[in-house]
Amino acid sequence: MRETTGAKSFRIVVLTLLSIFTIVPVYVMVTSAMKPLADVQGAFTWWPSSVTFAPFIDMWKTVRLADYFVNSLIVAGSATILSLIIAIFASYAISRYRFRGRTIFSTTVLSTQMFPGVLFLLPLFLIFVNINSTLGIQLVGTRLGLVITYLTFSLPFSIWMLAGYFDGIPHELDEAAKVDGCGPMGALLRVVLPAARPGLIAVAIYSFMTSWGEVLFASVMTTDANRTLAVGLQLYSTQTNVYWNQIMAASLVVSIPVVIGFLLLQRNFVAGLTAGAVK
Amino acid sequence: MSATTTTPKTSSPGSSPAGKTRKPRQAGWWLPYALLGPAILFELVIHVIPMFTGIWMSFLRLTKAFISNWGKAPVTGLQNYTVALDFNSAVGAGLLRSFLITCAFTLLVVGLAWVIGMAAAVALQKEFWGRGFFRTLFLVPYALPMYAGIIAWKFMLQKDTGAVNHFLFDNLGLGGDKPFWLIGDNAFWSIVVVAIWRLWPFAFLMLMAGLQSIPGEVYEASAVDGAKPLRQWSSITLPMLRPVNMVLILVMFLWTFNDFNTPFVLFGTAQPPAGDLISFHIYNASFLTWNFGSGAAMSVLLLIFLLIVSGIYLLVLNRRSRRA
Amino acid sequence: MKIRSLAAGAAIAALALSTAACGGSNSSSSSESSSSSGSGGGGSITYWASNQGTSLDNDKEVLTPQLEKFQQQTGIKVNLEVIGWSDLQTRIQTAVTSGQAPDVVNIGNTWAASLQSTGAFMPFDDAAFKAIGGKDKFVKTALDTGGAPGQDPTSVPLYGLAYGLYYNKAMFAAAGLTPPTNWEDLVSDAKKLTSGDKYGFALAAGSYTENAHFAFINAAQNGSDLFDSSGKPTFTDDGVVNGIKRYLDLMQTDKVVNTSNVQYENAVKAVNDFATGKVAMILNQNNADNSIVANGMANDAYGVVPFPAPAGSKTDVASHVAGINLSIFDNTKNKDAALKFVNFMTSAETQTALGKPFSSLPVLNGATPNFTDNAEEAKTFSDIYATKAKPLPLVPAEDQFESTVGKAMNQMFATIASGKTVTTDDIKSALKTAQEQVAAAG
Repeated sequence: MRETTGAKSFRIVVLTLLSIFTIVPVYVMVTSAMKPLADVQGAFTWWPSSVTFAPFIDMWKTVRLADYFVNSLIVAGSATILSLIIAIFASYAISRYRFRGRTIFSTTVLSTQMFPGVLFLLPLFLIFVNINSTLGIQLVGTRLGLVITYLTFSLPFSIWMLAGYFDGIPHELDEAAKVDGCGPMGALLRVVLPAARPGLIAVAIYSFMTSWGEVLFASVMTTDANRTLAVGLQLYSTQTNVYWNQIMAASLVVSIPVVIGFLLLQRNFVAGLTAGAVK
Repeated sequence: MSATTTTPKTSSPGSSPAGKTRKPRQAGWWLPYALLGPAILFELVIHVIPMFTGIWMSFLRLTKAFISNWGKAPVTGLQNYTVALDFNSAVGAGLLRSFLITCAFTLLVVGLAWVIGMAAAVALQKEFWGRGFFRTLFLVPYALPMYAGIIAWKFMLQKDTGAVNHFLFDNLGLGGDKPFWLIGDNAFWSIVVVAIWRLWPFAFLMLMAGLQSIPGEVYEASAVDGAKPLRQWSSITLPMLRPVNMVLILVMFLWTFNDFNTPFVLFGTAQPPAGDLISFHIYNASFLTWNFGSGAAMSVLLLIFLLIVSGIYLLVLNRRSRRA
Repeated sequence: MKIRSLAAGAAIAALALSTAACGGSNSSSSSESSSSSGSGGGGSITYWASNQGTSLDNDKEVLTPQLEKFQQQTGIKVNLEVIGWSDLQTRIQTAVTSGQAPDVVNIGNTWAASLQSTGAFMPFDDAAFKAIGGKDKFVKTALDTGGAPGQDPTSVPLYGLAYGLYYNKAMFAAAGLTPPTNWEDLVSDAKKLTSGDKYGFALAAGSYTENAHFAFINAAQNGSDLFDSSGKPTFTDDGVVNGIKRYLDLMQTDKVVNTSNVQYENAVKAVNDFATGKVAMILNQNNADNSIVANGMANDAYGVVPFPAPAGSKTDVASHVAGINLSIFDNTKNKDAALKFVNFMTSAETQTALGKPFSSLPVLNGATPNFTDNAEEAKTFSDIYATKAKPLPLVPAEDQFESTVGKAMNQMFATIASGKTVTTDDIKSALKTAQEQVAAAG
């Protein structure tokens, strides 16, 4: 099928403009990270007049970036794994069983997406405090508290997407596994999960990105002990000097794991969306 | 929303009804509940109970004097609400202005993010050399941690050291003084652009996924009939993407209306009135004045508004799709 | 239904078993929790310090030897956390709300009455004062900032600070000027020093706390108070409105301040401009010294005079009684240890040791300032602190004055910077809104 010239010029225009729009902030981030402090404090230049990698070294000293990095990794990693496991079970139930309360559950879980974060920020904080005083589990100012908060934030979308994905996997496969002597859990593990791999990857990516980028709750629930990058990065601007080059270098470094992970797995993400959410 | 989740009739016909009736009896009625257990537990602790606590707090006089012993805060009934809704008072007027700004912000951001996302998805619909590259490139703003992208914009929008003013005044040679982008009225346009930059890749992603599920033969058939691309788009693409759009627009609306991160990272403590989005407004109203009861009441009003809009949206769309 | 779901919940364990039964694969989850250093144990207390030095780490370095000394003397271990200013208020708020608080905390002394009204802090009664060496050891002005008058204070002074007008000696000499002694001179000097990319003055025009402080000081020079005797806000008084107008006009009509200063969210940025010779004058508290020197300006290259009032003013108020206070959380389980620590921190020896690195004024009677080797500067700041400083209103709503009026002034500066005009009427109506907000929050 031949493409009309109209369609072709539409494509060229759209792709050019959007590429510029997309890439300029990233370009500015990369080049500014390699400029000396005097250059980022003076008038902007598109091309760095002198290149230095000092910001990438100094940034670890200005704020305790390494600690925040580790905190973010542990929190986002744990939240992703737990959220994925919980979402798998819940989506399997929704996809394979008809039971009382099924609709109520799905509706409630999805409608939590509507809750303004500011509404349950302080109550959640108070509940954590009460859990601490009654059960003795320290949740405020610990990574554990952040992990259970973030895993829950990604649950609704994860369950919804995975349930859709599981629906697309023929039930005969489950049946065949059961004939081989597996229980329903065996069928889930042996048959459904391998078949749902793109969906699982999509959900894991989504959960990780949600946890890695969360700002509001991190700003209230973190202390020195569990501060994540989302809050840690803001500390650069409270220093005696505004080290824009270090801020850009740090932003770049903390982005790299997520961006590379996402871009490598994006095909799975799209496939997961196609089969799951978008149906 | 339930409409999109409770109709999983995709497996091959015949097998699913059989599976449905047989399995529960074999595996035990409790199994689905056990499977849902952890999810229910976490949803209750993190989402549902705090929300009801928040609603309860909105009826309390929860100010500085009571915050250290919030169990003793006196119940004031609807007073927090009447103050928030009295648009002649400073508090109510501030809330109303913030609400209107958020409405304008949401309309612009969701609308433009959808248009841009659609344009990109359509441009990348057909196979061509470099398609994978563009697809990856366009996902970068979505893949970047939210704060990292916004911080880069914050740097670009600085008056004297920023790239935006450098481009407009030094490269394009616009006359006059370089304006501020993060304070004053310009703050609104800054936050709109930054939010679109963050959001459109998500629209692109969803629409692209949706486009992949449209079989190519449909287009070929219509091309044989002589349909032009624009006509193909409006007669095939748009209707086929309806289910995607229905969810996409709702999700984008909710995210954008509740957006806290963008103003928080972009403006910090500066809070220009033109960029005073409602979540940010409520957060500041609560934490600066320590009046958490009033903040809770404003949040509940926001929730009610979102519920009504989402309800009407789903109702109208469901009715129309049933008629269709 | 309820019983059923309970039973179902109990069955989760069985579920895990059935999972394992089918085959080799298993899924293990690992949740990470950090062991937090609780403040429970009898031999240790937790201390939240504010950021006084050049960085959080610098604070830690300065304080650690002192805390070790305290441990040697008393056997009490102090767990230190240094908290930046942007976080401190939120952190104190969450601590008050949750009761999960440190034992001892630094507060900005202007918050004292506000925090006192939460009831979360221990009042220093006679017995408590006795434990920390008596009321009389403190400078009275400083001690008065500890809480609302007529009540036992809930904080005691730790570091004293005051505003001064810093001027660049070389720039003044080159222009043939002497340091200003009244507002009018200040403005005309600043105008003479403004040319090209050099400005007479830099302001932290984007910092609501700085703006609020100067609203107070300028109003005080006009003889106006912010709250009446019953604690009601009186922001719309002419003295307040005109005081703010005078301060805004440095940028608006006098044009001696770069409009870019509206993006200065903290005082440090103005200090940097001063230290690097971009501006001739700044208004700052004495803790600017460290940053100025750190940015390469020698201590003898600048001078300090009191922030001058307009000629013929009713008062010569040049600063508020600024500084950092120490508070003990009321729910502490280590009250005795906390009091011992407060005693230690406010002892002459510790005060002398910390005075220099944190460039603070002494809060103890009879102590000599040692924050600078420059005797003249030390004397100027001591005089301002002792005779020209007025405390910010000691009322519970003080913090709301800072946030509402300060933020309103941020917006006024923003308006000016974007080329529009702020009239006296605009100021008055903005202050009326601020006043209503304070009343509504009460």
